[in-house]
Amino acid sequence: MTAMTDPPNEGFRLSQLIYDTRYRSMTIQAVAFMLIMAGIIWLANNTVQNLSALGKDFDFGFLWSRAGYDINQRLIEYSNDSTHGRAAMVGIANTLLVAVLGCVLATLLGVIAGVLRLSKNWVVARLMTFYVEGFRNIPLLLWIIVIFAVMTESTPQPRDFREGGTASMILNDTVAITNRGIFIPNPVWGEGSGALIAIFLASLVGIWAFRRYARKLQEQTGQILPVLWVSLGLFFAPVILAYFILGRPVTLIYPELGGFNFTGGIQVRNSLIALWIALSLYTGAFIAEVVRAGILSVSRGQTEAAFALGIQPSRTMNLVILPQALRVIIPPLISQYLNLTKNSSLALAVGYMDVRSTLGGITINQTGRELEGMLLLGVFYLITSLIISSAMNLYNNSVKLKER
Amino acid sequence: MSEIHAQTVSYVRETMLPEQEPPVTERGAIKWVRENLFSSWLNGLLTLISLYFVYWVLSHTLGWMVYGIWDASSLSECRAIRDELYGEGANVACWAVIADRWHQLLFGFYPAEAYWRPVLALILFGGALAPILFDGLPRKMLMLSIAAPFVCYWLLWGGTIWGPAAVALGFVIGGMIYAYSQSIIGVLGATIAAVLVPILYWLFLAGPIAGALGNTLPIGINAIGSAEFGGFLLALVIGASGIILSMPLGVVLALGRQSDLFIINKFSVLFIEVIRGVPLIVWLFTASLLLNYFLPPGSNFDLMLRVIIMVTLFSSAYIAEVVRGGLAALPRGQYEGADSLGLNYWQSMQLIILPQALKISIPGIVSSFIGLFKDTTLVVFVGLSDPIGFSNLIRATTDWNGIYWELFIFIGLCFFMFCFAMSRYSQYLERKLRTDHR
Amino acid sequence: MKKSVFLGTLAVAGLAAGFASAQTLAEVQARGSLNCGVTTGLTGFAAPNASGEWEGFDVGLCRAVAAAIFGDATAVEFVPTTGQTRFTALASGEVDMLARNTTWTFSRDVDLAFEFVGVNYYDGQGFMVPRALNVSSAMELDGATVCIQTGTTTELNLADFFSSNNMSYEPVPIETNAEAQQQYLAGACDVYTTDASGLAATRATFEDPSAHVVLPEIVSKEPLGPLVRHGDNEWADIVRWTLNALIAAEELGITSANVNELAAGTENPEINRILGTEGDLGAMLGLDAAWARNAIAAVGNYGELFESNIGENTPIGLARGLNAQWTDGGLLYSPPFR
Repeated sequence: MTAMTDPPNEGFRLSQLIYDTRYRSMTIQAVAFMLIMAGIIWLANNTVQNLSALGKDFDFGFLWSRAGYDINQRLIEYSNDSTHGRAAMVGIANTLLVAVLGCVLATLLGVIAGVLRLSKNWVVARLMTFYVEGFRNIPLLLWIIVIFAVMTESTPQPRDFREGGTASMILNDTVAITNRGIFIPNPVWGEGSGALIAIFLASLVGIWAFRRYARKLQEQTGQILPVLWVSLGLFFAPVILAYFILGRPVTLIYPELGGFNFTGGIQVRNSLIALWIALSLYTGAFIAEVVRAGILSVSRGQTEAAFALGIQPSRTMNLVILPQALRVIIPPLISQYLNLTKNSSLALAVGYMDVRSTLGGITINQTGRELEGMLLLGVFYLITSLIISSAMNLYNNSVKLKER
Repeated sequence: MSEIHAQTVSYVRETMLPEQEPPVTERGAIKWVRENLFSSWLNGLLTLISLYFVYWVLSHTLGWMVYGIWDASSLSECRAIRDELYGEGANVACWAVIADRWHQLLFGFYPAEAYWRPVLALILFGGALAPILFDGLPRKMLMLSIAAPFVCYWLLWGGTIWGPAAVALGFVIGGMIYAYSQSIIGVLGATIAAVLVPILYWLFLAGPIAGALGNTLPIGINAIGSAEFGGFLLALVIGASGIILSMPLGVVLALGRQSDLFIINKFSVLFIEVIRGVPLIVWLFTASLLLNYFLPPGSNFDLMLRVIIMVTLFSSAYIAEVVRGGLAALPRGQYEGADSLGLNYWQSMQLIILPQALKISIPGIVSSFIGLFKDTTLVVFVGLSDPIGFSNLIRATTDWNGIYWELFIFIGLCFFMFCFAMSRYSQYLERKLRTDHR
Repeated sequence: MKKSVFLGTLAVAGLAAGFASAQTLAEVQARGSLNCGVTTGLTGFAAPNASGEWEGFDVGLCRAVAAAIFGDATAVEFVPTTGQTRFTALASGEVDMLARNTTWTFSRDVDLAFEFVGVNYYDGQGFMVPRALNVSSAMELDGATVCIQTGTTTELNLADFFSSNNMSYEPVPIETNAEAQQQYLAGACDVYTTDASGLAATRATFEDPSAHVVLPEIVSKEPLGPLVRHGDNEWADIVRWTLNALIAAEELGITSANVNELAAGTENPEINRILGTEGDLGAMLGLDAAWARNAIAAVGNYGELFESNIGENTPIGLARGLNAQWTDGGLLYSPPFR
């Protein structure tokens, strides 16, 4: 005799789909899926109808037709006879360029400002507060426009470099700072420069190997090697030696004034510099707050404990404080990098030809292909964002506290 | 003084020496300067660099700003006054453009006699936010918060009062069905009915009802179209409605992202990541160039509304992430406690989880709002007359063509004051919430 | 997503603009106002004054059309559009007509499916340089840095001009006219190029206009005209003949001052036909008989419109040039009203 009764052995009833928790989630998902699909189909259907009503088609062929406009800032070969697709590639390269430059400078500025904001120096701390609050509370677009305008107003025009002009080149007549950009010498890679580059790369590998060895040695024996000085030596000495041994394979073409403008050197355009500085200052203000919060999150006891163990202040920072602060800093830092990359789409305001201005601007305007152009643009930004966030997440996982 | 002791134990001092002034380097301003500005050579260097920087900036701008001319009706008049006062070609600001056009930078084309309406709406909006932002206030004020969006809408756009009232009635109907029909058709049925009935009502009944009421009882104020909105009014309307409208969607997305239902989870993640991965300016162009493609043929509404829709979708992804942070920050025990009380998912969310999670999300929501408010400047690229857009319009008049910095400085200051106040509030809130949890 | 779209549609149902269909006139009349797309600010052509009223040469055309339809020149909603959003705004029905410095080109007319109803300003792309550069011809601009406004036909013309003359240049694309002006004045570019009318307007506002010269070369044809959607010929007719009425009015000596007097009847049958005292031209357009009379009374004839907004007595100071009547050696030539 058994006290337990068997569960009622009934067949599947339709009401179980709603009232039985085993099936309910399936029901909800199925309904949600159908609703979402219906929505997507509805949107797609509307699009098809609207396109046919306007007599347009959905075709990426425009990417292979002649663009007809010029782009001043280009990392890859381009002329107005190139295709719209090529113009988009130029834009993509420009976007990535300013994003990478911006992330580096913004991190630098942010760390400096974040640390200085905690400084006991009253003037410096106030100034940094002013910087951080000013940039955080005024729209980026305004900053970009203003910084661009300030740069053009405060630097001399090429005309002023003429004989009897008010401006002159700096660094022994090799660099000219003008309001059209900064002109720097253009290196010419002569014979044997391949070997020079190879030596440089080899010394980089050497630095990396030395650092590995130093760390291993310290972990095993406690002996500390002068890593910084050796690295610096490895960085400069071989290349400089090789440069003279190989008979100066790299020569420089200096910019000189000719006609309307400087010629000969490399021109780093004002639009790029202004956008770069504006993006970096703006994002730097946010990173400063992130860094400050990170440093404050490491409790004072950690520093004191490190001192009590007899660790030097600089090593305390490197070995105790920073690794702990980094764990707090990295996740918000990732989103700041993403923001900077997305914000680079404001390049239009200073006439820097990023992908938003080429593909999403002039190309769409000349061809009338807004649907295709915007789609490509969105996909590009989406992929870039995903790559940045997954790369940074990998790094984050490597510094994260390993818990079990 | 005390001679007895002096004789017995000669080396013990019985009395204190009179207190001496600290040395000059250790007191007053000098001490402060030493400790705060020149505690080390690096610090001293930084101080000097900072002071020189401040001096350099002020020396270039202060005179220009202070000697600026306030009273003129055009740039050429400004220049004439300047030549008279300070001599030919002196470099001073022409603030007269602000004096002449400040109302347009704030209100856009909004008719001057109706400026009280946006001002009143702003006050009402502030009043409606107060009970949410400061919890010392009576809870009854929450009723005001619920009514405020409709009243603000009516104040801003005007027209008959019955339109917003008929829309609001739909929410009341939904709420009533949810509250009173649970005993009859069960929780699930009530929820479905509470969503479906108002939608049907809005689709088929709200328009005729509003029309009929408007005919019989024509209460209303002068209708003002979206085209008249501009300047900071536009920025605020887009920012505020973006955040408020995106709240429900954002919460749903956050719950969806936390959900273990596969399809719902994946769709939420997809939506959030796609929206967040693409810059706002691309979404704005989508609103202005493409939204008409996605809607049924022939449907068409004005650009400002399209932008608000896009901004709402955009900020809902960000709100979702903020709320997700709030949900994740709640101790696990709260979820388990709700389960152990036998509450179902929606009950536990509604009664236990969301009230706490939303409370700790408020600072994040405020920062999203600041971000969104600043980002409204991007609407200039789709042709809306936000403050920057309006500054371009002002420069296009023959009176003020050629003026540059003054407008940007005014716009920047206005943005700064507003955003700074908001960010201070959110910092205050963060501090308060932190003590709550320790 | 659907929900908020739906709510938005509902909440602003009252504000919704009309459908993009073939009955533009009926919609405009039902709405009670004309939606006219203008620029986001171009000196002399469209800009709001201190009390928020739009003024300018293009604005005048919008007002004339509104006056022709409603007899009320204020029944216009001006919709600022950027170079990038203008065509979508027109195609989607957000605006009924564009009066926005738009160059009449083949592809816009045919491929983008718009209808240019005429030309209200004959323009051409020119160059402005500082006098200090001692440049007297655009052919001397090899190697120059050129400021251009993006999103227009100017950048294509510029590329064509320089490559066809085997010259090199460095383009500096700029988003708005205000920034282009600032960059040019600071010397960040040697040359500023845009339509000649824009150059004149910009130069007029400089502290020292005589320090800058507009070069004699005009490198492109820029017939600027109002446009409407393809497929609604009745509506296109209204805009076209309102423009023609303003042009013909100048030719025939009808002004805003004497239009009411002339409307009482004159010896000239063409004036009578335009002003509606003879024939039924208004009814053919589906408008009131006094349509042209209202338009002329509201904004004046073409010459008055020109003189009061961009003419030689304004700070912009444009000469009539190509925009003079054909009888004065210009290109304005209205088809006969009969």
